[in-house]
Amino acid sequence: MSEINDKKSVGSIIFSIFKYISLIIASLISIIPVVVCVFTAFKTNEEYQATSVLSLPSNFFNFENFAIAIKQANMLRCFLNTGIVLVVVLTVSVLTGSMLAYVLNRFKFPGSGLINSLFLFASLLPGIAMQVTIYQIMYQLGFINHLYGYIIVLSGTDIISIYIFLQFFENLPISLDESAIMDGCTYFGVFFKILFPLLKPAIITSLVLKGVSVYNEYYASNLYLTMPELKTISTALYTFTGPYGNQYNYICSGVIITIIPILIFFLVFQKQVYSGMASGAVKG
Amino acid sequence: MGGSVTNAGQKTFAQKLQTRKAQRYIIIVTFMFIPLLLLLVFTYIPFIKMVQFSFYDMKYIGTKTFVGIQNYIDVFKRPDMFGSLFVSVYYMGGAILQLALALFFATMMVFKVKGESIFKAAMFFPYLICGIAVGFIFKFFYARGYVLDTLLQLFGMAPENIPLWLQDQKINNFSLAATSVWRYTGQNMVLFLGAMMSVDTDLYEAASLDGANKWHQFRYIIMPSIKSIIVLNLVLSISGSLSAFEPPYVITNGQMGTGTYFVIMNRIAHENQRVGLACAMAVVLLVIIIICTVAQNVFFKYALNDGSEDESKAAVKAKKQAQKAAKKGGA
Repeated sequence: MSEINDKKSVGSIIFSIFKYISLIIASLISIIPVVVCVFTAFKTNEEYQATSVLSLPSNFFNFENFAIAIKQANMLRCFLNTGIVLVVVLTVSVLTGSMLAYVLNRFKFPGSGLINSLFLFASLLPGIAMQVTIYQIMYQLGFINHLYGYIIVLSGTDIISIYIFLQFFENLPISLDESAIMDGCTYFGVFFKILFPLLKPAIITSLVLKGVSVYNEYYASNLYLTMPELKTISTALYTFTGPYGNQYNYICSGVIITIIPILIFFLVFQKQVYSGMASGAVKG
Repeated sequence: MGGSVTNAGQKTFAQKLQTRKAQRYIIIVTFMFIPLLLLLVFTYIPFIKMVQFSFYDMKYIGTKTFVGIQNYIDVFKRPDMFGSLFVSVYYMGGAILQLALALFFATMMVFKVKGESIFKAAMFFPYLICGIAVGFIFKFFYARGYVLDTLLQLFGMAPENIPLWLQDQKINNFSLAATSVWRYTGQNMVLFLGAMMSVDTDLYEAASLDGANKWHQFRYIIMPSIKSIIVLNLVLSISGSLSAFEPPYVITNGQMGTGTYFVIMNRIAHENQRVGLACAMAVVLLVIIIICTVAQNVFFKYALNDGSEDESKAAVKAKKQAQKAAKKGGA
């Protein structure tokens, strides 16, 4: 790198300036809409009406709007619901996804190709469009307005994690299985004792991708969980459309409350999030 | 199964094989039961019903009347329906812009940048915000006299020249598509950057020592390594634009000509409860998506087959292997 720095020409200085200015502008555009929301969330009603939206709030410890937002939308309860859904859906989808991928990757049996194509074709079906008839099935099964019904729907439509696991199994040498079987291990033992622990990177990837999509899921939650005490966090946020019309200081505090958990998650697991995105995309 | 463990010592090879076979059946059946049941109940039964219902005039509850292809005729004839597919064109335009921006910023970041992680995080984070929150953020952003208007006045624009971002039918779809660009550019950039980083960074240094300028580095080192991931993302974004839902749903509720196909379908299915018509809409969209996917495969087969494809494939493969190796090392 040092040789390059020594050879710095006028051209490369101009390029550097251009590079930083463009990155700074893009970053500002990315964060300004959110930052303005943060400012507004801390403003009192009078302040909100009197000051420019771009001005700082007079008091960054004015949590009154947050309290109103949490109470109005019953957000604590909704966080609890979202938490339950997250834990169960993630556990189920990691287990079923990895088990299915194990069987599809390690055993060739009549129909395995067909099952593979069934999952592939399923990934083409547009999600929101399918909900029209899924709604009817949910209704007949009596799953509407039960947290478990919503959990089952979310666990059932999971194709991405299956592909992440399939891809990962392809790179786990079959000799691992064979030597374990020689040692007297059953197939169940091979999966749970030998292979599953090795899946850790794929599990993390699928947890990240699935976790983000479950936390942000709105459409199915809105359809299947209509009772106020069952709402998840994104549907709770949507309830702000009605009563608060233009009271953006309340709406913004609701928005900020839903963003905070995912922001913390992102800051802690940044590396895993980026690599999860990358390996999720290779799926093609 | 317990027997197979205790008797393992005395068994002949053929007997062992027998129990293996039984074990195979058991594991195949048990491991696939739940995923296949869910796939059947929540994907294929709804899919078959979707096709079936599309020929009926029906609500969720009550009687069905067979109407033949009348629903399909309605989908193509009603201006609010087939026309709403053209609203997707704005989102497709947005998708192309977003890919171009993502490519540009990823390229900027490949050449050493101080504070790279901060820029990357700032641009990526919008992707993680839920669609409803993004909707509210931009409802506020575009509202008359609020964020965008104030910013523009700060830069000296006269208030009377500022359009109504969400009401003016000439521009409101641009405003909405821009929110998608805002949300997804950073994520695309992270994907591209990942692919670019798979190229050995020594290559850039060697090239610049050999006198290659930035454009040459981009054209001959970066581009070949990420060609397939660009095409893949282009196809994904285009089918994504056909299914655009949240921006118009939250921000304008599909009013004033901003209703995308899914917004209209949602209204027809769940507010008007015209299930048959909504199913016909779903089938039409599915056909369009299948056509797009087939076109993508043809495109991958022929258009990209110019020799350099192997290079990019090799790069992707090498990257995958490197990742796997790194992961294994970490595990």
